[in-house]
Amino acid sequence: MGALEAEERGHQPPHYAKMKITEKDVAYVADLASLELTQDERNVLLRDLNSILDYMDRLNQLDTTDVPPMAQVSDKYGVDQSKTGSARFAYSVREDIHEGLRKSLPHKVALQNAPDSDGTFFKVPKVIER
Amino acid sequence: MDLNLLTIDAARSAIQERKTTATSLAEAFYSKIEKEDPRIGAYLTLSKDRALEQAARIDALAAKGEKLPPLAGVPVGIKDVMITRDVRTTAGSKILSNYIPPYDCTAVARMEAAGAVVLGKLNCDEFAMGSSNENSAWHPVHNPRDLTRVPGGSSGGSAAAVAADMAVATLGSDTGGSIREPASFCGVVGLMPTYGRVSRYGLIAFASSLDRIGPLTKTVKDAATVLRTIAGRDPMDSTSADVPVPDYVAELEKPVRGLKLGMATEYFGEGLDAEVRHSVEAAIQKLVKLECTIIPVSLPHTEYAIPTYYILATAEASSNLARFDGVRYGHRAQDAHTLSEMYRRTRDQGFGAEVKRRIMLGTYALSAGYYDAYYLKAQKVRTLLARDFEEAFEKVDAIVTPTSPTAAFKLGEKLDNPLSMYLADIYTVTADLAGIPGISVPCGETKEKLPIGLQILGKHFDEATILRVAYSYEQERGVKN
Repeated sequence: MGALEAEERGHQPPHYAKMKITEKDVAYVADLASLELTQDERNVLLRDLNSILDYMDRLNQLDTTDVPPMAQVSDKYGVDQSKTGSARFAYSVREDIHEGLRKSLPHKVALQNAPDSDGTFFKVPKVIER
Repeated sequence: MDLNLLTIDAARSAIQERKTTATSLAEAFYSKIEKEDPRIGAYLTLSKDRALEQAARIDALAAKGEKLPPLAGVPVGIKDVMITRDVRTTAGSKILSNYIPPYDCTAVARMEAAGAVVLGKLNCDEFAMGSSNENSAWHPVHNPRDLTRVPGGSSGGSAAAVAADMAVATLGSDTGGSIREPASFCGVVGLMPTYGRVSRYGLIAFASSLDRIGPLTKTVKDAATVLRTIAGRDPMDSTSADVPVPDYVAELEKPVRGLKLGMATEYFGEGLDAEVRHSVEAAIQKLVKLECTIIPVSLPHTEYAIPTYYILATAEASSNLARFDGVRYGHRAQDAHTLSEMYRRTRDQGFGAEVKRRIMLGTYALSAGYYDAYYLKAQKVRTLLARDFEEAFEKVDAIVTPTSPTAAFKLGEKLDNPLSMYLADIYTVTADLAGIPGISVPCGETKEKLPIGLQILGKHFDEATILRVAYSYEQERGVKN
């Protein structure tokens, strides 16, 4: 979606009888996500997030009381089945860790993409705010 | 010999037998790109120096009469979410418009070690978020089969480059269908391996518990050749599995007679286009002719896959994309006076609308008070979706479905409605969530000559079986490998 289209859509204020997310929520979540967002973007997001979350609600049709959550798929294959916990993943202990930390990128290379640096550190605007 | 039409084996053999050189081959592909790509838009960056250096190395080997490695001189393209040393990598985003990675993605390094010539980086939806490639911050990709239509996404450039003979093979990535859907829309083969089969080291993360790298190719045999090259444990990715890699190419020739293939009613219901249904059912009949047995199976939680996927994928994305803050790499807003203002403005300027939408959705799903209702709930439903497949695979060796409910849609058609775009992934997201492999193989065309894909889903780490079914089907259709 182009920025212009977003703006056009943003001019139509959303009318929802029962909205899950309010303008205040959008502002709060944007803050958590380190996004500023224009008023137009916030209007579009208010509409889109409400419509998407309404659709997500169909998950509540399912009773999942006794169902364990699944966070990842890799604790079943190639692991040591006789062990429990992180010991199952013994294969993933890297040799370079045994011998001390892996060599890092050279300083100069690590800084080569920095928007601002003094040659030793990344430089950023002042951290302490009023 | 039309160099642009060669498959992997044909290209390598032609170089080995000195009928052509890797350099001529690379040059033929660059000419093709120069001629065709202005109207398609598949490539974002060309890596000519790197490609021609590698081609010269291969030509030197061939001149000495040495046996060439499996991908020797084969021109390939890489989706721009895989980092390439000294070659600009943007992930389709303005926030990485000037990013020059200091190292190579493992899958790319393995392709080059096997002799492949990397032509350049391929267009995609920003951070692989999309089903039409229209979310690229740079420009959309046009489907080579009908320029008014999308190529699918998010690996749209990877599919279009193969379909338009601008690469012999490409690498794409799949988080919710991003290899298989574009493969289906462009009429090429697309393989998503099992989660953990291929290292994700150097793949710019979207949703880490779902992301996978896999090949898009002209033939099933080429997909097997590429998978054999990139699969296997990598110490740099702790989720890459320590499971032996079979010779996928050798396994192709085994007969499919007696294999049990599941057909799930949930994949043939409402919303499936009549022409797609007809074509996929005809393909399944061909497999019956090859003496496969079709067995009805049930995957009852399928209708919950899209909401589950969009909660989990956006939650993981909101966390993964926190790293783009203008400090270490990429774009930085110039007008900020404080650090937090710099973060916010950098991200506001750098991310596109869909990426912001997903970051917001994911942040909301993880926020205090909503974590249990959305994120935890979705993780539990993910368990139910995975169990659906476990139960089905007790009865069958593979499952056959359409790849997408429709053929390629028009550019702009779904842009105004994010939900309708998300529903394009309805037959593909389930395999991502369950961690199982899937392949899309062309199985016909609509009346408007738009390609249709047959999807074959397999058991964890059983790519050999789905490749074999796809290969037998392809042979039955008369495709030359």
